[in-house]
Amino acid sequence: MRKLRFHPCGNFKETYEEELAIFETDFGRLWMLIGIVLLFGVIPFVSSPYILYVLNIIGIYSIAAVGLNILTGYTGQISLGHGAFFGVGAYTAAILASKAHSPFLLSLLAAGVMTAAVGFIFGLPSSRLKHLYLLIATLAGQFIMEYVFVNWESMTGGAEGIVVMGASLFGLDLGNDRTFYFVIFAFLVLMIWIAVNLKRTRYGRAFIAIRDNDRAAEGMGIPIFRYKLLSFAISSFYAGLAGALFAYFTMSITPEPFNLWLSIEFIAMIIIGGLGSIPGSIFGTAFIVILNELLSHVTEYLMNVGASEGMAITIAPLREFVFGLAIVLFIIYEPKGIAEVWRVVRSSFRLWPFSY
Amino acid sequence: MDFFLQLLVNGISLGLLYALSALGFVMIFKSSSVLNLAHGELLAIGAFLFLVFSTWARLPIILAFGLTLVGTFALGFVVERLFLRPLIGENLIEVIMMTLGLGIMFRGLLLFIFGGDIHSYPDFLPKSLTIQWGAVQIPSVNVATFIIGILFLVIFGFFFKYSSQGIYMRSVADNQPAALSLGVHVRRVFALSWAIAFIVAAMSGIVLGIINGINVHELSAIGLKVFPVVILGGLDSIGGAILGGIIIGLIETFTGGYFSTALKEIIPYIVLIFILMVKPYGLFGLVEIERV
Repeated sequence: MRKLRFHPCGNFKETYEEELAIFETDFGRLWMLIGIVLLFGVIPFVSSPYILYVLNIIGIYSIAAVGLNILTGYTGQISLGHGAFFGVGAYTAAILASKAHSPFLLSLLAAGVMTAAVGFIFGLPSSRLKHLYLLIATLAGQFIMEYVFVNWESMTGGAEGIVVMGASLFGLDLGNDRTFYFVIFAFLVLMIWIAVNLKRTRYGRAFIAIRDNDRAAEGMGIPIFRYKLLSFAISSFYAGLAGALFAYFTMSITPEPFNLWLSIEFIAMIIIGGLGSIPGSIFGTAFIVILNELLSHVTEYLMNVGASEGMAITIAPLREFVFGLAIVLFIIYEPKGIAEVWRVVRSSFRLWPFSY
Repeated sequence: MDFFLQLLVNGISLGLLYALSALGFVMIFKSSSVLNLAHGELLAIGAFLFLVFSTWARLPIILAFGLTLVGTFALGFVVERLFLRPLIGENLIEVIMMTLGLGIMFRGLLLFIFGGDIHSYPDFLPKSLTIQWGAVQIPSVNVATFIIGILFLVIFGFFFKYSSQGIYMRSVADNQPAALSLGVHVRRVFALSWAIAFIVAAMSGIVLGIINGINVHELSAIGLKVFPVVILGGLDSIGGAILGGIIIGLIETFTGGYFSTALKEIIPYIVLIFILMVKPYGLFGLVEIERV
């Protein structure tokens, strides 16, 4: 058995392999194992149905947020159409499931590929330009996709949407929240594994080089047009896969959830969580989803009190205000997001009592 | 034929509105190369401030207009000082995210204060501005829009071309570190350009409010319609914004008139994608040439 690795005295690396390593110490590996055991062995069996529902939503959105973080955090491009791409995935899976009765895994994969293809089309005109033209093209994509969802009635069912049959995998019924929990989080772990390793490949390094200085990257022989497009296609694939899971999870989809606001929420998730950080995407998603739930509880509570019904209506816009405020405060005071806070807290524990 | 003419006039008036609302956006882009995602909310702030002064406080129109301009100018300084000053020297992407956050925040605040209903101003434009030309009538508001648009074009054209502040602004937009090292007071340039953008947006917001009524959702949607306009005209061209606005307005109206009203809402975005493909820097935009 090889020697256990601990933190060295000071911050230095002796080989390139050490620089590339995901886990700096064996404690990291241990914590990850404990985390996975908790995630799959304990949490689904002790949480109440409501908590389980919220966790599932967090899991689904996390996949899309990780995808957006590959685009924004790694490659430095903003997409304002991530909500619509999420919708493309949801509709593809729903159409396949309801019209062609395709098996669960196949429609998930098809949704991801379909969304990557759509993303490719919208990314094509803008990726060859400098400056953030992708933002503008995806904004256009958002509105065009919304139009297609509502108006292509023979396929999407128009404003009424599509009802999706409950999924089944290997003969197992995935209809209830607890079994679906396992599917969602298995996919989340898989997609995180891919994203983390992507950062270590030549592709991931090229993305980061383009983000840091596109001119220098081009000078070093990175074809930036191709890599920007690739990054956008990968990020769309993540969104599509998440959308497909969302369609199976909610069992019926309508065009409303996939609007510009959802795209903005995705951006808020990765800013608040931390740009370029995979754990950050999940922290940010949890933050936004929980904030949403809390605010809707407050509104509901005020509605039920009765006397303050007017107040509940005036308080609804405060949700947008709180969202905007959170984005603004995080950009000013903690541009690296919750992930950085987490890192600081962790290292202050690790270095205790000599934290200098 | 009458239908065609009426559509033509409607299209041009709508286009002038788009052009007017694109001006403030181009101002910001030209002076700091930031894509301002909060532009619709800036329009709304100006429009609502004028509403407060003119309708609620019942001040004379000229005084209310002046106060709105002073108020938005000051607000521009405050917003820049609080939210954008800390980002000088940071990546452009963070500034753009910041405008996104600011936009959502402003929208929430405006909805909280004024609600989602449509408000309207008292009628105050002189009737003599109305142009009657055969069967086609051009309302006074549109004539006023046209005059304001041309005025802006001339004033800001000269401002950017000849005034020292305008040249500073262009230098900051082109290369912030280089401008800093050559002694350009980047902070002052930023403050001034946001303050001016607030004023321009306020004027556009007031005109939009006169025509369509003042509604937070509608004004922030118009803030996004700015993108097709400026992409068509060229992101950093004020003349292009006006021409682009008119073309987009015409396309939108004719699509609504001859094809379908649902398609009307998204045709500008389809045009946007098409332009990005064939002429990415727009009609009058500065073509970036870069060699590695």
